[in-house]
Amino acid sequence: MSESTASPAEGDGPILEMRGITKTFPGVKALSDVNLSVDRGEIHAICGENGAGKSTLMKVLSGVYPHGTYEGEIVLDGAPASFRTINDSEARGVVIIHQELALVPYLSIAENIFLGNERRRAGEFIDWNRTNTAAAELLARVGLTESPTTPVSTLGVGKQQLVEIAKALSKEVRLLILDEPTAALNDQDSEHLLDILRRLREEGVTCIIISHKLGEIAAIADRTTIIRDGRTIETLDMAEPESTQDRIIRGMVGRSLDNRFPDRTPVIGEEVLRIEDWTVHHPTQPGRVMVDKANLNVRAGEVVGIAGLMGAGRTELAMSVFGHSYGRDISGRVLVHGREVSVKHVSNAIDAGIAYVSEDRKQLGLNLIEDVRRNTSAAGLPKLSRAGWVNEHEELRVAEEYRESMGTRTPNVLVPVGKLSGGNQQKVALSKWIYTDPEVLILDEPTRGIDVGAKYEIYTLINKMVADGKAVLVISSELPELLGICDRIYTLAAGRITGEVDVASATQEGLMSLMTQEADA
Amino acid sequence: MTTIGNLKDLITQNVRSSGIAFAFVVIVGMFAFMTDGRLLSPGNLSNLVLQYSYILILAIGMLIVIVGGHIDLSVGSVVALTGAIAAVVVVREGFPWWVGVLAAVATGLLIGVWQGFWVAYVGIPAFIVTLAGMLLFRGLTLLVLDNMSLSPFPGEYGQIGRGFLNGLLGGYGYDTLTLLIFGIAVAGYAVASYRNRRAKLSYNQDVEAIWLFAAKIVLVAAVVMWFAWQLATSRGLPIVLIVLAALIIAYTMITKHSIFGRHVYAIGGNLAAAQLSGVRVKRVNFLIFLNMGFLASIAGIVFSSRSNAAQPGAGEMFELDAIAACFIGGAAVTGGIGTIPGAMIGGLIMAVMSNGMSLLGVDQSVQQVVKGLVLLLAVGFDIWNKKRAGARTA
Repeated sequence: MSESTASPAEGDGPILEMRGITKTFPGVKALSDVNLSVDRGEIHAICGENGAGKSTLMKVLSGVYPHGTYEGEIVLDGAPASFRTINDSEARGVVIIHQELALVPYLSIAENIFLGNERRRAGEFIDWNRTNTAAAELLARVGLTESPTTPVSTLGVGKQQLVEIAKALSKEVRLLILDEPTAALNDQDSEHLLDILRRLREEGVTCIIISHKLGEIAAIADRTTIIRDGRTIETLDMAEPESTQDRIIRGMVGRSLDNRFPDRTPVIGEEVLRIEDWTVHHPTQPGRVMVDKANLNVRAGEVVGIAGLMGAGRTELAMSVFGHSYGRDISGRVLVHGREVSVKHVSNAIDAGIAYVSEDRKQLGLNLIEDVRRNTSAAGLPKLSRAGWVNEHEELRVAEEYRESMGTRTPNVLVPVGKLSGGNQQKVALSKWIYTDPEVLILDEPTRGIDVGAKYEIYTLINKMVADGKAVLVISSELPELLGICDRIYTLAAGRITGEVDVASATQEGLMSLMTQEADA
Repeated sequence: MTTIGNLKDLITQNVRSSGIAFAFVVIVGMFAFMTDGRLLSPGNLSNLVLQYSYILILAIGMLIVIVGGHIDLSVGSVVALTGAIAAVVVVREGFPWWVGVLAAVATGLLIGVWQGFWVAYVGIPAFIVTLAGMLLFRGLTLLVLDNMSLSPFPGEYGQIGRGFLNGLLGGYGYDTLTLLIFGIAVAGYAVASYRNRRAKLSYNQDVEAIWLFAAKIVLVAAVVMWFAWQLATSRGLPIVLIVLAALIIAYTMITKHSIFGRHVYAIGGNLAAAQLSGVRVKRVNFLIFLNMGFLASIAGIVFSSRSNAAQPGAGEMFELDAIAACFIGGAAVTGGIGTIPGAMIGGLIMAVMSNGMSLLGVDQSVQQVVKGLVLLLAVGFDIWNKKRAGARTA
C-alpha cells in the first residue's frame, strides 16, 4: 500500500457507496439495482434469505467478479473503484473473510497471517523475527494469547476465525467484510468475536457483516441493510426502537413471521428408537470416553432434541449410532421397534430404518461435483434398482418429485449441488434421507447457516415427517430452536446424558444448567 | 423451438461436454489429409485396431480406478506376467490354448485380490501399492520366464490377437459376415436409442426434435458402416475387435447404470459423504482393483497373442498410455469424473497420432515429444473449457 492512498479525508462522507449494482448470470438476475452505503467506522450488517444476493454483492465489491461483468458503480473513499481481482481490492484496504476459512492447517499462525504478503529481508528470504513479532502484535489486537509459531491445525474454529481477522489486519484493512463469521462458532466464541469487532470499530475499522443470527446483529450492528430477491429493501438504523428482530425478519421475507416455529399437535405413538448404555471411545486416543453409557428413546410422531455445548459429544453420539461412523470400542445396544439391530456399518443402520443428516453438508453430506438428481438418490439406490441396475428414468422422476415437494430452488435437477445455496443444499440432503424411507431421522444442526425463511421451511418439513409417523431426533446448538420444535429434550454434558426434560416445563436457563453440569457433581 | 435454435443448442452443448470428440475428428482429418488418405485405408484401419486394442482394454479398467480416486501404475507389469503365465502353460507345458487363457485370467484376478487387499483393507494409497506391484510383477515375470522370451504360441492362441473372422458367409471381394454383424450392431443401437427416447418421453423428460434424433442415428450408422466396409474389404472382422466392443459396451453399462458404478463415482466425488450414504467403501475399492487385474490379464492375453511370444519386457509403459487415455478423455485427477467413451476416445487419439506419425515416417523420439504435448494440451484445454463454462453459469 503506497503512502498516497493511505491518508484519505477522514470523517466526511461514506467510506463505501455501491450504486445501482446489477449482476446477471445466464437466465438469472442475481442483483438488480442494488444500492449500499456504508459509513466510516460503523458496523454495517447485511441481511437476506439464502440466494437473496448477499454473497454475490460482496463478490462484486471484492473483485471476485471483475469490473465490467456487472453494471453500476462502486465508490470507495470518494474515488471510483474498478477492481479486476481480489488483489486490487485488498490494495485499497478492502478484505473479505469467507465463511469457509482459508488457512493452511500445517503452517504456523504467523506463516498463515503473512502468507502471500511475507515479511522479507534481502529480497526473497523471510525475516522470521519480524514475521513473528508482527504476528504477535496482531494476535494481541484480536485477543489471542497463542504463540505465533503454533500450527493452525491445533486451534479450534473460533480461534482460527480470529487468525483470519489478524491476517486481514496485517493487510491494513479499512473495510473488513465478514461472511457468516459466527456460523460455526459456539456462543462463547461468538461473543468473543463480536467483542473484537467492537474493538476494531473503536480503532476505526469499518465492518460489513453478513449474518443469519439476528440476535447478534441487534447486539452489534449500527445499521442493517436488508436484501431480498437481489434488491435492496431498506436500511435500518439499529438505534431506532422500531428496528427489532421481527422488523428485520419482515423485511427479509417480505411478510411477517409472527411465529418462527410452525404449529404442531403431537400425536405420539410407540417407541421407535431406543439406545441403551451406549459408550464410545475416541478414535485415536484410547481410554478417552466421548459418550458415556447414554440411554435415550424416541417415539413415533415425536421430535426429541439433544442439547449440549460444543464438545459434549452430540455429533459423536449420533455418528456412532449411525453405522459406527465415529469412534472405536463402541458398546451398548440400539433397538428399533423393540428389536435389537446391528449398526456396525452405515448400510446396516439404513436397513434398520435410521437416517442421519450430517451437520457438515459440504464435507460429509453431499457430493458437490455431482448433480441434484444423483445426490438425491445416493442413499436410496437400492430402492431405485433391480439386480444391481439403476432405473435412471425413475431416478430423474424421484429427483424432480423431491425438488418440488421440498421446494428446492434450482433451475433443474441436473445442476451440481455445489452451485446451490446453503439452504437449498440442506433440502437436497434432507431429500436424500427422506427418500430412504427411514423410521427415525437424526438431524444434526439442520438449520445451521441457513436463513430464517428456509429455517421455517425446514421446521415445516420436520413436522410433516412426524405427522407421517416418523420419529425425529434433532441436535442443535440453538436452544430457542429446540424449545420451539421439540416435544422432549435430552441434555448432554461431557458425553453423559445429564437430563431429560419435557418441553412444556423446559426453559433455556434450566437446560443450560443441565448442559454445564460437571461429571460426578 | 426453432430448427436452427435446436441445432445451435446441440452444437454448443456438445462442444462443451465432448470437446474431446471434436478434437478426435480434427486429428483424424488432419492425419488423413497429411497421409493422403493412407490413415483411413482398409488395411491400416484394421492394423490400428489390432495394435492399440490392449491399451484401450487397460484404459477401461484404469478409468474406473481413476474415477474412484486412485491410480494403477502396475498394469504394464501385470500384462507381462499374465502373458508369461499363459506362455508357460501353453508353450512350455503344452496345454491347450484355453487352459493358458484361464491361467492368465486367474493370475490377473489373484493380482487384483492382492492389490485390492492392500488398498481397500489395509488403507495404503494405491500409488504406493501399485508402484510396489509394478516392480513386484515385473520381477516375477523375469523369474517365470527365466529372463528369456517364450515363443511361439500354437495357432489357436495366436488367433485371439491376430485373427480375423472372414469368409464364414462367403466373400465377394468383401466379407459378408463383417457387414452383417456391424449391421446388426447399428440396428441394435438405433432400437436402443429409440426405446430410451420413448422412455424419456413417458417420464416427461425433454428430448431433442425427432428429425435431429433421426439425423444423429443416420450419421452414426453411416460412419460405423463405412468403417465396417473398410474392414470387410480388407481382412475381415478382427476377433479382438469383438472382445473390445463387448468390453466397452458392458463397462459403459456398468459405470452408467449399475449401483457399483454409481458407488465408484460417489467415492471419488466425496469419500466421507459416500461412506455416510451407506456405500461399502472397502468392498467397492477392492472390486475396483479386482476388476483392474481382470482387464489387465485380458490385455496380457491379447498382447502376447499378437506378439506371438511372452517377453520379459512386455507391456512396459502401457500403464502410462492407459492413464493418458483417461485424462485426455476428460477424467479428473481428483476422482469422481470421467466416462468410458471419453477414455476410449482419449485412447484412440493417442493411437491415431502414433499410427499417423509412423505412416509419415516421423522418428520415435519426436513421436514421444508430440504425445507428451498433446496430453498436456488436451487436459489444459479441458480445464480452460470448464473454467469458461463455470464463469458463465456460476
